Amino acid sequence: MLVRLLCVLSISALLFACSSDQVKEETPVEVEDLSTTAPDESADESGVQAYGTDDGGTSSFSELDDPQSQLSVRIIYFEYDSSEIRAEYRSVVEAHARYLIENPSTTITLEGHADERGSREYNLALGERRAQSVKQQMTVLGASSSQIRLVSYGEERPAVDGHDEASWQQNRRVEILY
Amino acid sequence: MLKIVKHILFIGLFVISATSYADAPLKVIIEGGVDNPLPIAIVPFGWSQSANVPPIDLATVIREDLTRSGRFDVMAEQDLPQRPQSFDGINFNDWRKLGMENILIGNMVLTDQGDFDISFRLVDIYRQKQIAGFRIPAKADRLRRVAHQISDIIFEKLIGIPGAFDTRVAYITVKEVKGKKLHSLQIADADGYNAQILLESNEPLLSPSWSPDGRRLAYVSFEGKNSAIFVQDVLSGKREKIADYPGINSAPAFSPDGSRLAMTLSKDGNTEIYVKNLRNGSLQRITRHRGIDTEPDWSPDGQKLAFTSDRSGGPQIYEVSLNGGQPKRLSFDGKYNARPSYSPDGTYMTLVHRVEASYRIGILDLDSGYITTLTEARLDESPSFAPNGGMIIYATMGIKGAQLAAVSTDGRIHQRLGLQVGDVREPAWGPFLK
Repeated sequence: MLVRLLCVLSISALLFACSSDQVKEETPVEVEDLSTTAPDESADESGVQAYGTDDGGTSSFSELDDPQSQLSVRIIYFEYDSSEIRAEYRSVVEAHARYLIENPSTTITLEGHADERGSREYNLALGERRAQSVKQQMTVLGASSSQIRLVSYGEERPAVDGHDEASWQQNRRVEILY
Repeated sequence: MLKIVKHILFIGLFVISATSYADAPLKVIIEGGVDNPLPIAIVPFGWSQSANVPPIDLATVIREDLTRSGRFDVMAEQDLPQRPQSFDGINFNDWRKLGMENILIGNMVLTDQGDFDISFRLVDIYRQKQIAGFRIPAKADRLRRVAHQISDIIFEKLIGIPGAFDTRVAYITVKEVKGKKLHSLQIADADGYNAQILLESNEPLLSPSWSPDGRRLAYVSFEGKNSAIFVQDVLSGKREKIADYPGINSAPAFSPDGSRLAMTLSKDGNTEIYVKNLRNGSLQRITRHRGIDTEPDWSPDGQKLAFTSDRSGGPQIYEVSLNGGQPKRLSFDGKYNARPSYSPDGTYMTLVHRVEASYRIGILDLDSGYITTLTEARLDESPSFAPNGGMIIYATMGIKGAQLAAVSTDGRIHQRLGLQVGDVREPAWGPFLK
């Protein structure tokens, strides 16, 4: 699980290394602030460099790259046959909603998934409802619905291939993709 | 030979003509049968070119068909007391002593044109009478189908319902290729032979659905990074995008006359059932509910649609008339019933039915509302009726991953269709071939 989480984090860090240029262009003030107040040493301390913006060929980073931030949580897990957002993920959804409000030109994709049990088409609908439930929460908090794209893969793209509850738990999810 | 049409549409997505053969044939394993199977002997066919090996052993194909059905006690070839090739050559006493009730005899002749002429007789041993006799001309590439057609005739004459041996099954396979999942839409004969690839994609494929004439398949593809519905011509490989609205585009089902496609779309907010007219493109919305509505299936008369909805909490089966009116709930037994599919005569429905923590294939009697569970595994799904209503093919979780299985409508006959590589799922049993 930890390894997996790290993988997800480093993958998203890599992704954001690529997209951070874009962020810089769109929100010059914020990036400028970071570069003046966050010298290289503190970046080391925060561990941001460990997730390497090096590969992306840029030294700037945004709040999205900060592993301490709720924004680094990009997967919301769900109960069986449920699209209700669990209390523990409320702050995650809020953080992403806030980011969208502060960065109105940023768009995200919410990718809904289901575990393999039961019928595939029903699971496709369930995956979409999970993504919709996250979207609804974000728009209630003030994010614009035009910033949020939905896609459901149902049970077709499991995070884990196993056929037990431990695997199913990790497959009932919404992934937040910037 | 069919003309090969191959388009490369996207990276990692191939439309393949019906001549592209899959690498691993499905293997059928029989796990049960009826208590009193009918004794029958299939005598090797006479062959006009005795100097050469015949291009096909028709008797073996027929023997395997009948054995697989679970309804026949087929005599092993080495136990045959004699090998007659004509009615007059049958020594009825020899067969009666062995308790044999029916035998099939036949001949295959190579014609001057290089084609084949196949004749056969099905004979009742006790009454010493011919039950059926036919002559079928065939090209070399149709010989296997001729064997299945003979099996169909035997089945119909002796069991009383048409056989479904000369039919095809569509399904999805998934295997790892260089760390990526390769999805493939395939069709095979009902005995697992002749598997052919229709489409390959790195993105998910699901929900294959046959047109009533067996010439087209509708399916869902994620090749555009979102679900979209396509209809593909089985023979030419030519395909057309039918639905690519924002949100979900899924669960296609052809109307019994082939002119319309029922589907699930979420373009208007959440998943609802729609019917698209394939001739003029018009779209009719069927359901209006904030719950999940999906998996439409047409009643055989084309007047109603059954579908899965969680409007009452968990998924249950509903039925709605295409002429309007409120959907009616059909399933009340259990907390999870989904993926309804009408039997060809419209009196039953097969579905996915949860029993405690297991998902099994069930049959809903539309008269009584009672659900009978037909299977015993943990993760069974995607049931599909054979066109004669006698068997249901479905996907189950095997030791090596997803595989296909079949069960008779009465639950007594079980078959497993093994495949060597990867997952096989979402079987759709095709119509009778014409």
